[in-house]
Amino acid sequence: MLEFMEGSHAVAEIVKRCRPQVIAAYPITPQTHIVEDLAQMVANCELDAEYITVESEFSALSACLGASAAGSRVYSATTSQGLALMFEVCFNVAGMRQPIVMTIANRSLGAPLSIWNDQQDSISLRDSGWLQFYAEDNQEAADLHMIAYKVCEDHDILLPAFVCFDGFILSHTYEPVALPTQEEVDGYLPAFTPYQRLDAENPLSFGMYATPEYYMEFRYEIDRALQRARQSFIKAGREFGEQFGRDYSALVEGYRLEDADTALVAMGSICGTAKDAIDEMRDAGRKVGLLKIRTYRPFPAQEIADALKGVSTVAVLDKNISLGNGGAVGTEVKSALYGSGAAVYDYIIALGGRDVRKRDIAAVVDLAEKGKGDMFYGLRTEVL
Amino acid sequence: MAGTEQGCELFSAGHRACGGCGPALAARLLLKATGKNVIIAASTGCMEVFSTPYPETAWGVPWIHSLFENVAAVASGIEASLKRQGRSEKVVCVAGDGATFDIGVLCISGAFERGHDITYICYDNEAYMNTGIQRSGATPYGASTTTSPAGKCSAGNLLPKKDMPGILAAHGAPYVATASIAYPNDFIKKVERAINTPGPCYIQVHTPCCTGWGFESGETLAMAKLAIETGLWVNYEMVDGRVEKAKKVRRKPVEEYLAKQKRFRHLFKPARQDDVIAHIQAVADANAERFGIDIKAKESSE
Amino acid sequence: MALRVGCAAPPGRALDNKTGAWRVFKPVFDPETCSRCGMCAMVCPEGCVRETEEGTFEPDLDYCKGCGICEDVCPKKSIRMEKEEK
Repeated sequence: MLEFMEGSHAVAEIVKRCRPQVIAAYPITPQTHIVEDLAQMVANCELDAEYITVESEFSALSACLGASAAGSRVYSATTSQGLALMFEVCFNVAGMRQPIVMTIANRSLGAPLSIWNDQQDSISLRDSGWLQFYAEDNQEAADLHMIAYKVCEDHDILLPAFVCFDGFILSHTYEPVALPTQEEVDGYLPAFTPYQRLDAENPLSFGMYATPEYYMEFRYEIDRALQRARQSFIKAGREFGEQFGRDYSALVEGYRLEDADTALVAMGSICGTAKDAIDEMRDAGRKVGLLKIRTYRPFPAQEIADALKGVSTVAVLDKNISLGNGGAVGTEVKSALYGSGAAVYDYIIALGGRDVRKRDIAAVVDLAEKGKGDMFYGLRTEVL
Repeated sequence: MAGTEQGCELFSAGHRACGGCGPALAARLLLKATGKNVIIAASTGCMEVFSTPYPETAWGVPWIHSLFENVAAVASGIEASLKRQGRSEKVVCVAGDGATFDIGVLCISGAFERGHDITYICYDNEAYMNTGIQRSGATPYGASTTTSPAGKCSAGNLLPKKDMPGILAAHGAPYVATASIAYPNDFIKKVERAINTPGPCYIQVHTPCCTGWGFESGETLAMAKLAIETGLWVNYEMVDGRVEKAKKVRRKPVEEYLAKQKRFRHLFKPARQDDVIAHIQAVADANAERFGIDIKAKESSE
Repeated sequence: MALRVGCAAPPGRALDNKTGAWRVFKPVFDPETCSRCGMCAMVCPEGCVRETEEGTFEPDLDYCKGCGICEDVCPKKSIRMEKEEK
């Protein structure tokens, strides 16, 4: 049954059904509605969890780490400046192999200060060892949380995950969402069984330091776990589809790619706009398609190369910029397509919440087909 | 044979602390107080580094190290999780003065303000020792450290020691105490009291560092005792914010303490710096006044 | 030996590291003058002073770093640090 609700609320409702035991989160626009909703649920005894009103995002993720290590399923949410403050803890959590799931309501990073959407925040932590999933709409945002917990808590994986959905565009937008019941979620996501935990009955020292003799092998093990997460995600996504009727058994998803000459590549809500623009272009006879990246980490390089075989022009929409070297997704897609013969162009677009319309998507396709790329799209030259 | 002998020690030998290390002794003693039913959250620092190079851990109890500054936040999460699970282990933070007074102030303030049922033990060796003896908020007035060195135009650290116990008492901590490895049974008793007092409790234990302060390794306890006898360190307890008990001494002049440590040598050589020594004496006098530590001489009637 | 996930380890392995090799001075305990107060065992930073069957004390030379704290605290002065012959 579909219910019309705000994206943040959908996320809160799903997180509630995932039964976290400890929630430690610090409010920051545009994630605030999620943590407020969860606080109200705890206050109404709808959610049986410890809710720690921590004094900063740094402390939020640190508290989640402690609770996870002690054996609890945990949850947090943040964005932008808050995620940047957690930078140190993010690397620590991945290295300590704690299966923490955290919502990122994607928002641009200052300076200059901006509360509006782009994907700089989560993308800037792509080296951290966290899995990264990007939602196109609020249904995906909700669903990906369940799948994330399942993948993360797999004893073969044991990694944390960001579930990313675009701030304001998805978090504050009302869409119809199908929310599963508590029983249905319990059927998909069993109770948390930690691989190891802090326990006086079975003492362990967690987070020891590693000399040069050991450090590299620990990092290798994390990378291997990320590679294993591909299959784990596909399996969890297929099981999700079997139970709920919405299939997530792929790291990337093609839209009208089968005979495309030009392909757009993108992540997140921009894919929705892109699909509408593609439908219009197709109606006008242009062979354009979209490759949506669902999992950014682990990066689906092989899947991208396979999906874009035969495409001659690729236009990557980057809602981020690796300053000094172009868009992060574009750089990685180019690397994945090395040797394919395709012309791959990168477009920095929609930074800081600048709106993207169907005609902007079409304009990008025009530029790519004319061989004009690796640029900022839509700069207001009159203010430069 | 060593294995079975060490079996009753929850902090085993084989750790890499300097010979004569004050914090190492504090680790052994605090575990005598807690016993096995404890979870230790540690910050980066000497004690963490010398006790856990993978895979040689000296800890016989569950132990977790995350980062330098977040031990109180990690402990908050552990405490919340144990509460949810209905488990009985005590949660004890063990952190140096650097992690506690400076970089960790954010997290410790938050944890204490929220009233988590944790015990925070700060082993105070008065500088960032593990990284090579740099100044911390706990470095006493007049001490030379590598980032507040004595030199031609400097007499060392001329900033006061932060009153961390007072700050945490102001957060509403039900029990705050200072202790010293010079009085090991007193320290153990205080840890026992803290872990059995509901709410956030704080113990700051003086742990002289022979390497960082510059004295012979065998003198660690003697130095700790002298700190108390000069009034530069006061052993006291605060219950609900009020000082209840302070150890009384027949006070010795601070010079006796300063002259024995290389970190204060610049106050004597090449020339005496009487103004700095006087200032340090004034700090001791103020402590004596505030806590009432001077044993009053009996009035004799003529 | 395979790495343990998350850089974790069970207790006991620190004992592999025989810190007795660090020593320059060695403590010599005299059971005749020992008052059996137990202070030496209480304050050893290594925890490597153990009680004998007679109730006196002796150092575990596998781990003793020769710091000399035991000599300093002994109320009967029945512990003496001696330069070790190697």
